[in-house]
Amino acid sequence: MSMKVTVDLDACQGYACCMMEAPTVFDLDESAGQAILLQENPADDLRTQVEAAARACPSRAIVVENG
Amino acid sequence: MRRVVVVGASLAAVHAVEGLRDNGFDGEVVLVGAEHHLPYDRPPLSKEALYHGPELERLLLKTPEWYAEKGIELRLGRRAEALDAGNKVVTLDNGQMLLYDGLVIATGSWTRTIGHADDVGPLQVLRTLDDCVALHERLRPGNHLVVFGAGFIGLEVAATAREMGLDVSVVELAPVPLSRVLGDEVGQWFRTYQQSHGVDLHCGAVIDAIEPSPGGTKVSLRDGSVLAADLVVAGVGVSPATEWLEGSAVNLSDGVVCSKSLRTSAPDVVAAGDVTRWYNALFNEEMRVEQWTNAVEQGRHAAMTLLGGNDAYAPVPYFWSDQFSAKMRFVGRANATDQLHLERTGDTSMVALFGRDGVVRGALCVNAPRQLVLYRKAILDQVPWGDVVKV
Repeated sequence: MSMKVTVDLDACQGYACCMMEAPTVFDLDESAGQAILLQENPADDLRTQVEAAARACPSRAIVVENG
Repeated sequence: MRRVVVVGASLAAVHAVEGLRDNGFDGEVVLVGAEHHLPYDRPPLSKEALYHGPELERLLLKTPEWYAEKGIELRLGRRAEALDAGNKVVTLDNGQMLLYDGLVIATGSWTRTIGHADDVGPLQVLRTLDDCVALHERLRPGNHLVVFGAGFIGLEVAATAREMGLDVSVVELAPVPLSRVLGDEVGQWFRTYQQSHGVDLHCGAVIDAIEPSPGGTKVSLRDGSVLAADLVVAGVGVSPATEWLEGSAVNLSDGVVCSKSLRTSAPDVVAAGDVTRWYNALFNEEMRVEQWTNAVEQGRHAAMTLLGGNDAYAPVPYFWSDQFSAKMRFVGRANATDQLHLERTGDTSMVALFGRDGVVRGALCVNAPRQLVLYRKAILDQVPWGDVVKV
């Protein structure tokens, strides 16, 4: 089962927790101080990392859905 | 194990509950909390929620439906008063006794205050949603707010009140704010930054008297300064909420003493969040961490331990503070006695590295998020101090 990841950039405050948990899925724009989503549909072997990133986000800006 | 009781409707508690369910526990789960609200997020209470006025729905960690879906029995507005670990019973403030097979202690912290003349009335503190509602209503543009304590909460409240148009003074006993943990150089950066936004900082200040005055409070400092406050907020730190465990079989020592995997001294009792004191092997240090990220990870880890896991909990701590437009994020550990290297320092950004025992242990980044990720990896990998500090 694949997953679909979205980041709410209105909520993102550049905490960088997502990039710490899943560096191949999230990056950071240094000047904007916000997350960059590198893969919208990451492979399933990244699920644990991506779910940890969603949990670790203090802004609760990351949503992981199946699909 | 059929029945798990989680005490403290905190961030750590919610993640413990979620961890139990995610790891296949399908028995009863009872969540006990002293406040009447469902568990909510506290960091915004000194920042955007204080500025706009808190909205409970936005702050809730999980929706009411989530607790129903997960089959969590809620006992809110009830304080745990005692633990009988031999008989596995928690007694609540209404005398009710809850039997458990497994117990998670996640009662968090209580807010300290300072002594003063009785007729001043209680000083405003900021820990709960109700505190935030009360404080927001009293922050009126043009008024003079005096904050006791230049820790992160004090400095955040000062910044928020300043942005709301108040005159703000901060009174701090230490000669430089934040210096006990982050050292003088980093503390001095925050002092200058706050001052550049119009905050009146009194460091190395001893409070001689706090007295009522017409329409407010008069604060007299030892150096002769007199501050006429419309409102005084105390941000002088928190202590672990462990009174209810005194006399129980759970060992206490500035928090609940836990093993590497977060077991307490009582059988089938684990702890998570602010109350927990445990040995973090990555830093070779016994620690107690009053931070958001730790509550999330530790809550989940404690749940796995309660279900029979034995993994050591050895994270890189992370915390943040937002003041005006400075987004400060910190990874690892720091102490004023650590080696310090200021890799970058400017009016609106800073990168400071902390080292001890020949390795990098901490990194503080203001408006530099990618650096943070880089140094967190260096801390995890225990990179030698000489390799991260390019001379």
